[in-house]
Amino acid sequence: MSEGLDLYQESIKQMAAAAHGHGQLASPDGEAKLNNPLCGDRVHMQVALQGGRIAALAHQTRGCLLCRAAASLLGARAAGLDAAAIDAATNALEALLQEQAAAPPEWPELAMFRPAHAHPSRHKCALLPFRALQAAVRKTVATQTTNSPGRTGHVRS
Amino acid sequence: MSETDLLRAEFPLLAANPGLHYLDSAATAQIHRCALDAVVRHETGCRANVLRGSHRLAEAADRAYDAARTSVARFLNVASADEVVFCSGATAALNLVAHAFGATLRPGDRVLVSQAEHHSNFVPWQMLRERAGIALDLLPVTASGELDLAALPRLLSPRTRLVAVTQCSNVSGAWTDVAAVVEEAHKVGARVLLDGAQAVQHGPQDLRALGIDFYAFSGHKAFGPNGIGVLWARGDLLAGLPPFLGGGGMIDEVAIEASSWAEPPRRFEAGTPPIAQAVGLAAALEWMGGLDWPRLREREERLCADLIDGLLAVPGLRLLGPPASARRAPIVSFDIAGLHPHDVCQVLDHHGLALRGGHHCAQPLLAAFGVDACSRASLALYNDEADVAALVEGVAAAVRTLA
Repeated sequence: MSEGLDLYQESIKQMAAAAHGHGQLASPDGEAKLNNPLCGDRVHMQVALQGGRIAALAHQTRGCLLCRAAASLLGARAAGLDAAAIDAATNALEALLQEQAAAPPEWPELAMFRPAHAHPSRHKCALLPFRALQAAVRKTVATQTTNSPGRTGHVRS
Repeated sequence: MSETDLLRAEFPLLAANPGLHYLDSAATAQIHRCALDAVVRHETGCRANVLRGSHRLAEAADRAYDAARTSVARFLNVASADEVVFCSGATAALNLVAHAFGATLRPGDRVLVSQAEHHSNFVPWQMLRERAGIALDLLPVTASGELDLAALPRLLSPRTRLVAVTQCSNVSGAWTDVAAVVEEAHKVGARVLLDGAQAVQHGPQDLRALGIDFYAFSGHKAFGPNGIGVLWARGDLLAGLPPFLGGGGMIDEVAIEASSWAEPPRRFEAGTPPIAQAVGLAAALEWMGGLDWPRLREREERLCADLIDGLLAVPGLRLLGPPASARRAPIVSFDIAGLHPHDVCQVLDHHGLALRGGHHCAQPLLAAFGVDACSRASLALYNDEADVAALVEGVAAAVRTLA
């Protein structure tokens, strides 16, 4: 038990400890580094894309449990998704944090972040890895579209 | 009631929240009732702009603003109220020096800062380096976060124009040996700027005894309002500096071709100043001036030592600062192996403890400690044994919750 503080339930601690996707890709197609300048947390996200979808993902995350749990969740779940799906997941997490919206059926694990709704200063902690993945995928898609238009699939307008 | 209970009763927020353990005074100290009352009294009794009017309200506002300057001069024990410049905070004061004094520097001149500086006494000098082509030297810190004064002589040169260091670290709590800095800096003709942001809540200052040239602090860290800060500088020094911001109030005459500047301190106070905030700050400083500081400091030091002893009993906890036996302020930063300070402080908040976790706007110092972030408890005169005991218990609870 977390002595009445439901933010730190076992599911979030286990997800952070699992650190799915932690590490670096040997030859990423693209990457993004995002900081939270208020606290110094940092996520370095690398992706490899195939047909506009995430074929591989790796991240180096320096942050709190919420930040590391979110990065780990992406490490476990983001493979096979395209930019639109990552945007949708990010939006769903933001709505869940800000408005206590329900987790979407395709991302039930996001529910573990619901207790953070009561702590606005922590919203960015959970969102930082999602924002980093959005940036990495967007940059990669843009680069691949410029360099080899036939290589990537869907590009979100 | 204990002496601390009586003190807490004078702080409206603390009086309204008896269960709160407020341990974040290094970020913002709570405002004393006398400061709030002074702001309300000023705003409801003589709110008017200063320097511009001949009606009775305007004259009353002028008198209140001038009196506030005198109160600051008394708190700092400086020669003249005309050496006191009001600005929006310590950050604004430090930027003012970086611009006004910085405008007198030439490419190749050197400014020395320490690795213990708050970003507000670090970044403005980096910006000046880019703007003016000066060289920026870095005084390292010891393993416990104190300025490494043994390195100071070799880092100074005849081109060093300014040594800008903290009086007390906002992370480690280490006090700077100001006399040693002043002695070495003045040997090479460098001016000394002291960032007093963390010092002022621990009692009135004696700047004449310190022998420094510039001093900056914020009102909200001295039990006063937000939005007010002070730059003090020697009168002869101020008189030779150009203004930073232009506008109303800072001129002698404005002509189509050119303008000339008012004498200090007005030269450095362009626009309508934070009048009520200055009045509120003055009330807080006058209140502080009447306290028994030797006794209060003794209690702060004892509580700080008790806190450090209690925290060091927590497995995996590392103190980021000098030991309890050192001359230090009651600012206690710590790292717990495997736990992020955000999470630690979140759990502590749940237990009624207000602490700060993060980089504390001191990333170069945290880099020296080898951490990205840490938890910080900072004690002020309204904290007591119950706060210390609650924090030690709270940290143990945080370890249990987060492990």
